[in-house]
Amino acid sequence: MSERERDDHTGTETTGHEWDGIKELDTPLPRWWLWTWYGSILAAVVYWVLMPAWPGLTGYTRGILGQSDRAQVVQDLGGLAKQRHAGESRLRAATLQQIEADPELQSYAMQVGASVFGDNCATCHGAGGAGAKGYPNLRDDVWLWGGSLDAIQHTIQVGVRSGHPQARGETVMPAFGRDQMLDDAKINDLTEYVVALSGRKADGAAVARARQTFTDQCIACHGPAGTGDVSRGIPNLTDAEWLYGSSREAIRDQIWNGRNGVMPTWEARFSPETVKALAVYVHANAGGVAEPVAPAKTVAAEGVLAGAAGR
Amino acid sequence: MTTVIDNVNRTPPPEGPGPRSVAEAARDKARDKGSLYKPRVPIYPKLVHGQWRRIKWALLILTLAVYYITPWIRWERPGALPDQAVLVDFFGRRFYAFGIQLWPQEVYFITGLLVIAALALFLVTALFGRLWCGYACPQTVWTDLYIYVERAFEGDRNARMRLAAAPWTFDKIWRKGGKHAVWLAVAFGTGGAWIFYFRDAPTLLREFWTGQAPLTSYLSCAILTVTTYVFAGHMREQVCTYMCPWPRIQGAMLDEHSLQVTYRRDRGEARGPHKKGQSWEGRGDCIDCQACVVACPMGIDIRDGAQLECINCGLCIDACDEIMDRVGRPRALIAYDTDFAVAARAAKQPPSYKFVRARTIYYTVALLAVSGLVGWGLANREPLDLHALRDRNPTFVRLHDGSVRNGYTLKIANRTFAPVAVRVDLSGVPGARLSTPGERAGLAVETTVPANEVRALRVFVTANPTDDEASLPATFRVTGGAMSTDADTTFLTGAETAP
Repeated sequence: MSERERDDHTGTETTGHEWDGIKELDTPLPRWWLWTWYGSILAAVVYWVLMPAWPGLTGYTRGILGQSDRAQVVQDLGGLAKQRHAGESRLRAATLQQIEADPELQSYAMQVGASVFGDNCATCHGAGGAGAKGYPNLRDDVWLWGGSLDAIQHTIQVGVRSGHPQARGETVMPAFGRDQMLDDAKINDLTEYVVALSGRKADGAAVARARQTFTDQCIACHGPAGTGDVSRGIPNLTDAEWLYGSSREAIRDQIWNGRNGVMPTWEARFSPETVKALAVYVHANAGGVAEPVAPAKTVAAEGVLAGAAGR
Repeated sequence: MTTVIDNVNRTPPPEGPGPRSVAEAARDKARDKGSLYKPRVPIYPKLVHGQWRRIKWALLILTLAVYYITPWIRWERPGALPDQAVLVDFFGRRFYAFGIQLWPQEVYFITGLLVIAALALFLVTALFGRLWCGYACPQTVWTDLYIYVERAFEGDRNARMRLAAAPWTFDKIWRKGGKHAVWLAVAFGTGGAWIFYFRDAPTLLREFWTGQAPLTSYLSCAILTVTTYVFAGHMREQVCTYMCPWPRIQGAMLDEHSLQVTYRRDRGEARGPHKKGQSWEGRGDCIDCQACVVACPMGIDIRDGAQLECINCGLCIDACDEIMDRVGRPRALIAYDTDFAVAARAAKQPPSYKFVRARTIYYTVALLAVSGLVGWGLANREPLDLHALRDRNPTFVRLHDGSVRNGYTLKIANRTFAPVAVRVDLSGVPGARLSTPGERAGLAVETTVPANEVRALRVFVTANPTDDEASLPATFRVTGGAMSTDADTTFLTGAETAP
């Protein structure tokens, strides 16, 4: 090995690298640094002995401590269930109204509900519960099946047209167009009539023509004023809420195709305590009013229609 | 160049045998062996007497006393709140410092404190060099304490060097053993004191010895015991030289006007041995006695000028002053001085000192600004605090009658030690009605915030705005007794903005 250049100042060898007259010193590392490195190697060997480390063809070295992340998860889940036990028994003992009135218990229920909602309900109703076309908005004050705590709890339990013996949704909206119950012109007129029902401007002549059709086909469920019936999940046609859209095209589409929403029953999947928590969560986010559906608009449909026709 | 500052004319090392600085010895040893690694040459600092040593003892006692005693100071607080003056309560999520109680949301006060500490360090370093390193740094303080223990068992420098070279006799075994035992005891006490900052000290002491303390306490105590023992007992100057970033950083704060421990080469050179009765004419005051080198806990030769390893502890000043007294020359051959003054004297000009410089001015301004901000923030903390979090999904909901509802979560913090009944109202949205789940809508909502807690309150605001603004600025106000606080937010009306 040839003699390397030494720096006069420090007496240390240089690496021979030089930039603009600045030379790099080959300063030796402190000896303890080396020991630290040996220590790390030793620690790795100890780790191989203690912990699962080396993969093999059919398995892996398990280590003498018997550490297993899977077993740990199972144990942690058991611990979690134990931890939740206290909260769950409180939920079980209280009525929905009592849960809502107790800030601490409500806060607990809200946390449980938020988590369950995110995992199960958000797929259709949206992460915030605002719904989408065909999927009801759970944050407003319009409820097809009732917005009281008990009604929400019942809907979650049995679902809508879910196959559950008590499922909600014994009524269905017929597909007037697809099933050729009404012809094109009648459906167009009926669309104008429904637009007029919600207080919007409509073609007066069409509304007049559709009056008889509405009486024949619609009032059995939607009522003479079009205000629907919450006890059977019949939508109110006079309010600002439209599950399948408020435009003429959307309304006509619904009369033609008669879509009927489905919601699964959650009874088998959730414990009764979880359903309670979820009901409290949904109710609180919707405003938490005892009976959120406002009394059906006391506007005489005829009056509205007369006005609409005149406009 | 490896040194941070290098404006010193170096004299070549003295020829022939004689004590050399350990740094040089280490270099030689590494060079001779052709090793890639530099062995640590043990340093045996000699005890010195003098004013800087006295100051260091005083600061050692003061800083250690503050560290060990602080957790035991009691401070009466109402109810079930801890009665410890200084406590970092992770479980209760509070930081207590005497009359101040900080919540996790206010961690910026701690940030501010750290910024103040950093700026103060900058300022002190620019003015007086590495005072922190030499006097207050825990590494220096504990190393000093450990060397004190070492000296008590093994004697001063020469005795320690003899003992290290001596065969293993009973005398050596008990001296070494005793030293390590006391070191470990000190380390254990240090780690032990640390954990008391995080849990009620008397309770934890009892729990600790009855085996009921949390595992974290035992682990923290064990880790600090080991680090203290290793750093202060075995690694000492290696921590400063190799592990600490500050010696590198402080080069940016120092300039030629910073006071540092300086060998006044203008007076000392040319150095050389001096016999009693010899003339001092035509030579320097340095008699090359190596007193400064053997006193140095970092194992350097201060006469090489300012260097990275030097922690500015001033022990070489005391060592040199002792010698100067003995040989009848004036003191302060090594002293706190500036490079500028030394250069001036060397050029036969009167030295001048400049403490007001651009960097000291802006460090001071920044320090005052941040201190003022933190102080103002602490003085103006509201006992009630309000944060309004808008629902973001959905941002608004249209109700059956066409009105619009926005949801908010209000976080109302009550920093007092009593429950506060509060009333929440909103301004900025015409005709707004407020409601909380389970309550009828009205102009305001009321609730009670428990003592020293945050209450999360869901509030719905329903309005039927008539204008076409898509969003309205709004303000929540929480009023509780004489206290009140505001939080700004917005109300989305659902109106489509004009394209």
